[in-house]
Amino acid sequence: MAFIKNILDNMKPTFSEGGKLSAFGSLFDAMETFFYVPNETAKVRGAQIHDAIDSKRSIFFVIIAMIPAILFGMWNIGYQHYAIIGESSTLICNFIYGLGVILPKIVVSYLVGLGIEIAIAQWKKEEVHEGFFVTGMLIPMIVPVNCPLWIIAIATAFAVVFAKEVFGGTGMNIFNPALVTRAFLFFAYPSMMSGDKVWVNGDYMDSINGTIDGVSAATPLGQLAAGEPVTYSAMDTIIGTIPGSIGETSFIAIMIGAVILVWAGIASWKIILGTFIGGAAMAYLLPYAGAENFEWWEQLTVGGFAFGAVFMATDPVTSPRTEGGKWIFGLLIGALAIIIRVLNPGYPEGMMLAILLMNVFAPLFDYFFVQANINKRVKRAAK
Amino acid sequence: MANVIKITKGLNINLKGKAAAQVSDAQMSKVYGLVPDAFWGMKPKVVVKEGDEVKAGDALFVDKLHPELKFVSPVAGKVSLVERGDRRKVLSVQVEAASAQQYVDFGKKDVKSLNGEQVKAALLESGLFAFFISRPYAVVANPDDAPKAIFVSAITDMPLAADIDVVLKGNEADFQTGIEALAKIAKVNLGIKPGSSLSNIKGADITVFDGKCPTGNVGVQINHTSPINKGEIVWTIGAEEVIFIGRLFNTGKVDLTRTIAVAGSEIKTPAYKKVLVGAKVADIVAGNVATDKKVRLIDGNPLTGIKTSEDAFLMAHSTEITAIPEGDNADELFGWIAPRFNEFSTSRSYLSWLMPKSKEYVLDARVKGGHRHMIFSGEYDSVFPMDIYPEQLVKAIIAGDIDRMEALGIYEVAPEDFAMAEFVDSSKVELQRIVREGLDMLRKENE
Repeated sequence: MAFIKNILDNMKPTFSEGGKLSAFGSLFDAMETFFYVPNETAKVRGAQIHDAIDSKRSIFFVIIAMIPAILFGMWNIGYQHYAIIGESSTLICNFIYGLGVILPKIVVSYLVGLGIEIAIAQWKKEEVHEGFFVTGMLIPMIVPVNCPLWIIAIATAFAVVFAKEVFGGTGMNIFNPALVTRAFLFFAYPSMMSGDKVWVNGDYMDSINGTIDGVSAATPLGQLAAGEPVTYSAMDTIIGTIPGSIGETSFIAIMIGAVILVWAGIASWKIILGTFIGGAAMAYLLPYAGAENFEWWEQLTVGGFAFGAVFMATDPVTSPRTEGGKWIFGLLIGALAIIIRVLNPGYPEGMMLAILLMNVFAPLFDYFFVQANINKRVKRAAK
Repeated sequence: MANVIKITKGLNINLKGKAAAQVSDAQMSKVYGLVPDAFWGMKPKVVVKEGDEVKAGDALFVDKLHPELKFVSPVAGKVSLVERGDRRKVLSVQVEAASAQQYVDFGKKDVKSLNGEQVKAALLESGLFAFFISRPYAVVANPDDAPKAIFVSAITDMPLAADIDVVLKGNEADFQTGIEALAKIAKVNLGIKPGSSLSNIKGADITVFDGKCPTGNVGVQINHTSPINKGEIVWTIGAEEVIFIGRLFNTGKVDLTRTIAVAGSEIKTPAYKKVLVGAKVADIVAGNVATDKKVRLIDGNPLTGIKTSEDAFLMAHSTEITAIPEGDNADELFGWIAPRFNEFSTSRSYLSWLMPKSKEYVLDARVKGGHRHMIFSGEYDSVFPMDIYPEQLVKAIIAGDIDRMEALGIYEVAPEDFAMAEFVDSSKVELQRIVREGLDMLRKENE
């Protein structure tokens, strides 16, 4: 593989300060570190050896953890499509159809987001941070099948600039950028994000430019909000053969991701467990959480609850930094998501708003625990 | 029965090239050098001229602010060079060793008959006082201070660190005398590992600490036995340096001979060497360093040590010289996804958690990732066994918020306490440098 090294080494002067293409230095740097672990060695003082883990690897493991949900989402797009137009199809057919729908969304999200990130990194003379690799994959996962590409592009640009880069980039943002994308879409283009027309793809072009006069299929949460009987069984919601945002439908696929994330030590199990406990408690306590043909606990398997708990709430940057804070954060997200779903007639889904709201409060939860430590120290000194 | 404290947080890094328990004498160096930088927080004023004859125990430089604080020559001979760097900063004072060693005679003393002031005076006179480190600030102790306690850690658990049992062998009597001498100045707390033979040392409050690295850090032990409050001062001193003190009272000489580990994957036969403080690194590792690749020599252990070279001198506090591969030509492909079987990591995205605990790793000096803002939480905390929020403290330091640093407990820490956190950090933040800057900033503000 030495030839890659040679190519990169030959290109380096062109992209370095003073080179012809120095305006693309950050892009080159991103390519170089994509191929090779940086050869930078420790300074004279300080730890001389380092753990092999770096943010790149951690972040790519989040994407690995998302693969089951992505694959299932792809299949489900095709499955729902052929079911609604009344054609029979095969497993492969479903996959290929789903790939055709999801791939343009992923490409748009990455092109727009990474383009902005690289430009800003170049401007700030920094390395390109890899945080967007996760955000860029999350965005297509949390939008309806028929969300048009141009809207995804606008929302992604908005989120990267106003939810992330204005705060200082990866590690400094207050809100989860992928959720800001979704919130932007939700409030700016409500007709593209909710209702009965957006979840299942009747005509392929609907998924590209978002014509929404297509077929209609309600999600379980939509049926609940409308007071209609839920037409999906508990098993459907666990396996995921229901309409919904692309990545959110299969509880099983998401849980496989959760196991990978927790096992690799990347996501906090306290947040995930806390969210499920909070949600379960609230769903059990609220009298309207269940309905005909819908048990209270199915609140945890439908909609974006599981996906949000595993992939969104656990974002290390926008969640609390203290271990105690993580519990409170999780419990409140779960409880709040169910409260919004059940008690608010306007919004069938509450997960996005619950997480965004708790993102704001994350520093407050930390404050309690850090302040307790400070007070203990003050008390000790006074003795 | 000594108090036992169990510490759960921490991490043991099993590196290749641990020193075998064989001690041999290092060859005598032609020139010895005392490096002022080893005594952090002090401004050196050189009191000898090039060409002066000195004995072992004669002062080479003193602290400008406390001239009674002396830093003495480890050998007898002729001052050959006062090496200066930018802005005339003293880099080292070098002494060409005479063929026959002569020591300044400070007189044998029976510690039991002395009081605290007399012990302190003897230590100042002989220059051994310079080995005290004061917390807060982790700097050379101020002779005017009255510490609430003196802490000694007899646990060496940093990767590749010299084993205290080997170092103490043959020096037990001096160690005992040294502890008794310290006990005259202030209460002495001695931290030992479970089953240590030091449990019968007299004159010290002994606590057994059972846990992973960095349990051996004296800062961790202070935090668990008697945390430092604002306004309080404690002194710490290395167990090996307690031997120097005992030796002074038992023989009347300043004999800075210490047993250090020469270890690491790039050392051919890792073992212990008896050397004098200030010896040339080249003479310590002579013929023992692998030549097939670029090697990084470290003065100290790989977590807290300083990159050194064969031309440099052994720093005053160093208990080992380690050699690891430099690794700057490793060119590893696709590090973000490749399995990388030979890498050690706390993350289960690598396979080191599957390997037997006995597997020894060869880690090179690469940082192994890009520098980022702190992204993942809880990393520092998992290897920081003190009742302090390390991440919040580091952030307060970066922000230069002195009140918050104080509130979060900066008085209790030294840069070395953050060494393991710096190792595990996936954002590759230079924690020890930041903490050092924070401590210096605070000291400047308070003094």
